[in-house]
Amino acid sequence: MRWLLLKDLRILSRSPLLVAMLVIYPIVIAALVGFAVTSGPDKPRVAVLNEVPASATQISLGGESVNVSKEAKPLFDAIHPVYVHSRQEAIDKVKSGDVLGALILPPDLTRRLEAATAGGGQPPSVEVLFNAEDPAKLRFVENTIKARVQDANSALAKKFTQVAASYIHLLATGGRFSFFGQTFDVLGLQRAEQILHGLGGKVPKGSAASMQLAQVTQFAHLARQNLGLANSVLDAVGTPIRVDTTIVKGGKTPLGSFAAAIAATVTLMFVTVLLAAGALALEREQNAFLRVVRGLVSRTGLLAEKVALAALCSLVVGLLLLAGLSVFVTLPWSRFALWVAALGLGALGFGALGVAMGALAREVRAASLMAFMASLPIAVLGLVPSGAVSSWLYDVVRGVSAAFPFKPTLDALKSALSHSGGVAGPLLHLAILTAVFTLLARLALRRFAVD
Amino acid sequence: MAQPSATVSEPGRSDAAPVLEARDLVKRFGDRVALRNVSISARPGELVAVIGPNGAGKTTLLSILAGIQRPDGGEVGHVPARIGWVPQQPSLYSKLTVAENLRLFARLEGCADVAGAVDRMLDQTGLHDRADSLASTLSGGNRQRLNIAIGLLAEPPVLLLDEPSAALDPRQRERLWDFIFGLSAGGTAVVYSTHNVQEADRYGHNVIVLADGERLFAGSPRELERAVGEAGARDFEAAFVEFLRQRGH
Repeated sequence: MRWLLLKDLRILSRSPLLVAMLVIYPIVIAALVGFAVTSGPDKPRVAVLNEVPASATQISLGGESVNVSKEAKPLFDAIHPVYVHSRQEAIDKVKSGDVLGALILPPDLTRRLEAATAGGGQPPSVEVLFNAEDPAKLRFVENTIKARVQDANSALAKKFTQVAASYIHLLATGGRFSFFGQTFDVLGLQRAEQILHGLGGKVPKGSAASMQLAQVTQFAHLARQNLGLANSVLDAVGTPIRVDTTIVKGGKTPLGSFAAAIAATVTLMFVTVLLAAGALALEREQNAFLRVVRGLVSRTGLLAEKVALAALCSLVVGLLLLAGLSVFVTLPWSRFALWVAALGLGALGFGALGVAMGALAREVRAASLMAFMASLPIAVLGLVPSGAVSSWLYDVVRGVSAAFPFKPTLDALKSALSHSGGVAGPLLHLAILTAVFTLLARLALRRFAVD
Repeated sequence: MAQPSATVSEPGRSDAAPVLEARDLVKRFGDRVALRNVSISARPGELVAVIGPNGAGKTTLLSILAGIQRPDGGEVGHVPARIGWVPQQPSLYSKLTVAENLRLFARLEGCADVAGAVDRMLDQTGLHDRADSLASTLSGGNRQRLNIAIGLLAEPPVLLLDEPSAALDPRQRERLWDFIFGLSAGGTAVVYSTHNVQEADRYGHNVIVLADGERLFAGSPRELERAVGEAGARDFEAAFVEFLRQRGH
């Protein structure tokens, strides 16, 4: 027992690649799970550009002063605000992924809010900027920020309802009312009814009855105005502040297309990487490698054949998958050529990655294990949206993702399956990665046949 | 197929020009010198046995002759494409049939008549009745014959065999040497490494003795016996061991 244990430990110590993977892999997975758990959507980072002058945070509503900043507190409590000083700074932060979105409060926010509640115009709008590179994230950002603005709206609406109630009370019972510095004595419907009941028949001019009638006429005039004002107030109560959304990066990819792109990319990755890595390692396990490369086929030619084999197989699988998904999701068949280009270049990139793994691992089982174990974190990293983790960590994630074909393949497929974004950039990226990984595989082949 | 002789003591065609010639080969692996100025040649039909203790440099020598490795010194006077190379472990695709393996390598070799080459090798190896069998289902002896047949598809004038009879039982070994001897009789120069000294004595026209990367002897088995005098009179194996002992190995 003891000797067997020592033997196994010695064997492990002589397989540094395996040991490294055994140690590093769980750490990477644990880190990814940790980030996923700790980067929940409870307090999204949102850039805030507050252009409202500090002196204009109060509005007058029905003679009562309302502090908008105080009423908007729920909004700022629900997000992690990152205050910026210009619209461009907000756009840059959204584009870089430092924040999930940006909220721009225009300088005339309170003035327009006051005017709207007084029946003098449309409700003000706040602008939300977001990054639409990831439709899942887009939906999250839209929902999150709109929900938070709605919270603020609800608080304001509550205040406005109180004002509307006071107007209605004034109309019903009468009293004094201040409007733009002038004070009016409002008769009220109750007193008007009493006056009208007291009038009977025709009233002579200049008589006391005539004056009372004039008073009633004035009330009717004011009542009409006040009722119009109440209508505006009630209209504003629904949505005191409106939200305008602007995409600063990426396009409007439908969520269904995005899901199809993810499914196709993951499938493409596993099929290609496993096949390419295993097929190359098999040449060595069959002892055929040296015989084949001894003047029959060049080493680079052999790598190209393995990449082509894996890419062709996975291209067929990927196209079949998309055809099947098109039954459930609307996919643009008119862009079929772009599907093929995205899947084809992606498959070549994954194939090159696979042969690099196969050349490093050298044995079929080790190559398959390595391909499988490496593919999962690569896929997860490629799906981390900007703003979900801290800025520096997102830069690291983005750098690592850029070094593997998953992210550019996903980007290319997203573009191919929708009308958003360009496909040329990701395809060029994939072509470069294909060349780089083929070169790495070629270098690794130097020790491929060494026992 | 030619019948094996009990003992081959004369070179194949001593008047012909060598079809394989390498001079002063040097190979280093780090600080270790695997070959030190080793020369070798073979004429058409000649059987050259390379023998020596473990780690003597036999496989390294054959690998350099086959073009698998580059020497650090010396020169190889032929192009690797004209050499048939058969590694010690069967180098073929176990999930392909015998005929499919032959057909694949015939195409890679650029044979003009692929079907003819496959038929010819099936005839020579006696594997016609197993042509459609997966290579993985063949016995060790038949796998080795297929392994050699692949090396012969391009009809090379020289065949390099690395430990061809290792892991074969005596009956399989006998059939393998029947086959190899037939090749030699047909004019193919065969250079083979072996741990079985009796195979060098029995089939080799010439013997090269390597030890610690150094060529200690090149000549016929009888000349090796004579080189050790009375001490090697018992048999060739005894002569070989005595020869190494006298030279400090």
